[in-house]
Amino acid sequence: MQRLRYAYIIVFTLLFGSCAVEEERPITIRGSDTMVAIGQKWAEVYMQQFPEATIQVNGGGSGTGISALINGIADICQSSRPMKKRERDIIKQKYGCEVIEIPVAKDGIVIYVHESNPLSEISIEQMKAIYTGKIRNWKELGWEDQAIVIYGRENSSGTYEFFKKRILDGADFDAHVQTLSGTGAIANAVAQDKYAIGYGGIAYSRGIKFLAAKATNDSPAVPASELTIADNTYPVSRDLYFYLVKEPQGRTRAFIDWVLSDEGQSLAIAEGYFPIRPIKSLRPETASTK
Amino acid sequence: MTTTPTTAIPNALKVNPAAKRLDRIAKNVIFGISLVSISIILLILIFTFKEAQDVFFDAHVRKEVLPTLIGTNWQPVSDSPKYGIIPLFIGTIKTTLIAMVIAVPIGVLSALYSVMFAPKWIKEVLKPSVELVAGLPSVVIGFFALVVLSGWLQALTGSAFRLNALVGGVAISLTAIPIIFTISEEALSAVPQSMKEASYALGATEWETAFYVVLPAAYPGIFASILLGLGRAVGETLIVLMATGNAAISSWSLLDSTRTLTATIGAEMAEVVFGDPHYNVLFLIGTFLFIFSMILNLIAEFYVKAKLLKKFRGG
Repeated sequence: MQRLRYAYIIVFTLLFGSCAVEEERPITIRGSDTMVAIGQKWAEVYMQQFPEATIQVNGGGSGTGISALINGIADICQSSRPMKKRERDIIKQKYGCEVIEIPVAKDGIVIYVHESNPLSEISIEQMKAIYTGKIRNWKELGWEDQAIVIYGRENSSGTYEFFKKRILDGADFDAHVQTLSGTGAIANAVAQDKYAIGYGGIAYSRGIKFLAAKATNDSPAVPASELTIADNTYPVSRDLYFYLVKEPQGRTRAFIDWVLSDEGQSLAIAEGYFPIRPIKSLRPETASTK
Repeated sequence: MTTTPTTAIPNALKVNPAAKRLDRIAKNVIFGISLVSISIILLILIFTFKEAQDVFFDAHVRKEVLPTLIGTNWQPVSDSPKYGIIPLFIGTIKTTLIAMVIAVPIGVLSALYSVMFAPKWIKEVLKPSVELVAGLPSVVIGFFALVVLSGWLQALTGSAFRLNALVGGVAISLTAIPIIFTISEEALSAVPQSMKEASYALGATEWETAFYVVLPAAYPGIFASILLGLGRAVGETLIVLMATGNAAISSWSLLDSTRTLTATIGAEMAEVVFGDPHYNVLFLIGTFLFIFSMILNLIAEFYVKAKLLKKFRGG
């Protein structure tokens, strides 16, 4: 009798509990630390416009987001790198369908040096030589006879993998590359080290300057800006993605459509990222290079 | 004559049964709570080992990891991943040694000063302020090291790399000093007054008493404090993550950037693909750290207890 009563209680709790969850289930977004800021901005503005929607955005890293997606903890995974084959396979196995990949914004990788550095441009080949340890001294780039202090991201970051793939052609980073966590940390470190070089998103920091990038040694140097990145003339840019395990529906679909609209895309610009396609920008010229 | 005590004793023994029951319940609850903490540790231990064991027992992981495990190349995210943990061990050894070289003399000697020489008011300032340092979150120390200390040490040493093992080691010593100081101080205070008096009676000066009588007598406790400080230094993660530059180089130079075992776990665990060989290797590193700190604690516990007992009870 007693036991039966407990069973009732449990059943009822489960029933009502799950109903309540179903009713107000927020859209859960997890993933890339690079994308947390933009994800939260999208969620914030969207929730202001559509108060009935609840969206939770968490960081933790692209890998964390992907495993959250695989485990069903997140509805949307934000990732600053394309999903790997191994991860796609796991999803296919578990959910029986290909993962859905939606590019939602672009990010340019900018190369920083100390403001007193006389260099103004650098080619991808030179970057590769520096980060794989072939060039160790600024003399080889026409500056003082000083060791290059090389900063990079932790191997857990999407930026690390993008840089490795796009600039190093998949080669390993030199062991001497010092790794820091986050664009801000690298920008600050470069600002303090006269002979340093680093890379990351567009970061605003006193004491550093951006180098214009050249696709090859002979091609023209392109400064990083909203325009050059959106129209793919800047050689080092990447897509930022939403990943889902099933076709988005209802609220999730509405949210994603809104993110891809001109309004969502112009928010991306306001947050220091770049639109996925050249949109009629709210800001006509490149404000984000300076 | 016997009436009052014999009636008083049964009265006193007649405990309210409800209170007795409460007593028993309280005892069981507390016992249960203490079991919880032990079982949590045990579960963590099992979990860590379980996640690490694939390195040796899963054919696929073993094939990918073992050939490079004892190597000098740590490139876990790569087309051909390399899991050489030697540079990480070198990094941990370097930063820990620097920290201990700084923390042991400062911690032990200031404890000796506090116990033997300091006037009361200095002692009253010294102890709480050292303990205050122990309360500093390591992220604060790490930030201080990253922003301020690194600049000072670079100006001092003229090193090419601003973030290096020396900066990390010096910053870690700030966390080890309070541990060494506090426990050494306790050990030194516990030296019986009679020993000091005997020393004075034999004509020893204060300084001689402190160095040749009190310090050796407190040796087991000081040794324990050093071991615990060492454990803290090895386990410190955030400070080294922020202050050493994290380049996995197999170099013994103190002025080169370095990557420690703990920083590697701290930096890479967040993004590693669940169940990947890389994931297993990170847990293997965790297992190494776990075993190491367990050995340290066991030595501190058993060796020191045995010594202390012999010294003060048997002698």
